[in-house]
Amino acid sequence: MRALPVGDSALLVEVSSGDEAQALHAELLRRRAEGLLTVREIVPAARTVLLDGLDDPVRLASELTASEVPPAPRREQAVVDIPVHYDGPDLADVAAHWRVGEREVARIHAETEFTVAFCGFAPGFGYLTGLPPRYDVPRRVTPRTAVPAGSVALAGAYTGVYPRSSPGGWQLIGRTESVLWDHARVPAALLSPGTRVRFVPVGCP
Amino acid sequence: MTDRALVVVRAGALSTVQDRGRPGHAHLGVPRSGALDIPAAALVNRLVGNAPEAAVLETTVNGCALRPRSTVTVAVGGAPCPVTVDGRPVAWGAPVRVPAGALLDVGTVVSGVRAYVAVSGGITVDPVLGSRSTDLLSGLGPAPLTNGTVLPLGNPMGLHAHVDVAPQPAPPAELVLRVTPGPRDDWFTPDAFRTFTSRTYRVSPASNRIGLRTEGPALGRALPGELPSEGMVLGAVQVPPDGRPVVFLADHPTTGGYPVIAVVRTQDLQAAAQAAPGTPVRFIKTRHH
Repeated sequence: MRALPVGDSALLVEVSSGDEAQALHAELLRRRAEGLLTVREIVPAARTVLLDGLDDPVRLASELTASEVPPAPRREQAVVDIPVHYDGPDLADVAAHWRVGEREVARIHAETEFTVAFCGFAPGFGYLTGLPPRYDVPRRVTPRTAVPAGSVALAGAYTGVYPRSSPGGWQLIGRTESVLWDHARVPAALLSPGTRVRFVPVGCP
Repeated sequence: MTDRALVVVRAGALSTVQDRGRPGHAHLGVPRSGALDIPAAALVNRLVGNAPEAAVLETTVNGCALRPRSTVTVAVGGAPCPVTVDGRPVAWGAPVRVPAGALLDVGTVVSGVRAYVAVSGGITVDPVLGSRSTDLLSGLGPAPLTNGTVLPLGNPMGLHAHVDVAPQPAPPAELVLRVTPGPRDDWFTPDAFRTFTSRTYRVSPASNRIGLRTEGPALGRALPGELPSEGMVLGAVQVPPDGRPVVFLADHPTTGGYPVIAVVRTQDLQAAAQAAPGTPVRFIKTRHH
């Protein structure tokens, strides 16, 4: 683990895997909930957790690097089910990458339990992990100028659902009617870091 | 329809509602947003008797024109600009009474970029995640003003300040930004860091509320490629593939994959908000403290 100062009031804690980043994130949330850590933002990402709004980042850096991060506790919270029509325009390309049939893509994807590793790109856009590395796929060579809201998509090791229409280069495998982001709802985001997710196929032929 | 409202007669190039923004939601992909020149927004609020976090208007270069439906006290600050009420010049940087139905015109800036307009009672559009700020990156908060927009106002809270003109820093003729190195300065060649902190850049016209873009010598990389996405802070100096530093401002993305060579001190971002395109920029290295 490395703890890199970011300006005068933030710390970027870097670990060597996504699993470690999720465990570190869970541990930092626990410390904050127990009043052991005062911080404005805890932002997990692929291999890092950013702590912003710290009084003394240097002291926290030495504290963190001197301690072991316990493995992420198994969350007791309910799994969020997202119903999906697996009929995306890139389903055939993904099937070719995976060397399976299109229906098999849907089956494999829907049988996987995902975890939201982190959010970014847009409010409520989660980067979900859970598929084994052999199912990594590249981004599209040419990004789309408009990906419809609710598109269920893959890129690299991640699955994501577009909260609103936006440009995007991910491979679209399906679509959902679930509302990923509604600022009038509490909570506004359906998915937040650490949320467990299952995609449930609907309307299968 | 309430009398406590403002009608936008001339929206200007880009005028938005801004307060202190919505920090605390970065883990959901929500930018902090908020006024770029926070001290200017706080000052004009104080001049009209508002709390410092009340929502104000942030204009860009050519101001805006507003017609209140009830008599209000306003104050214009930030970038210096001519201010008129029904065509008659009134004070900039001081409380001004605008009668119901009169036309307040905030003119084109003399220098700087962004003027701030506070109105007694504050602008009370519905907050989103605790803030009324327009976030141009993610589209949260009210849309930028258009001609005809009607903005609700709150009830005046306190007495306005009794001052002739409140002192405000002049927009910078040269923008000096103090930076602390890292977290990814090791992704650049030692030469690149020396270039970054010794050469002069200029503010690019492509700058916006997301970032202050610069023109100048490209910074060479010691490591190729992109980082896995990582969290970004206000003031982060990100270096995209073209090698020109970008200073992240209030509407910056919460995560990014281009390396951050250094971070600008928060106190220096007020000047960055007022640095017009073409302004020389120097980055000065300071130590972590």
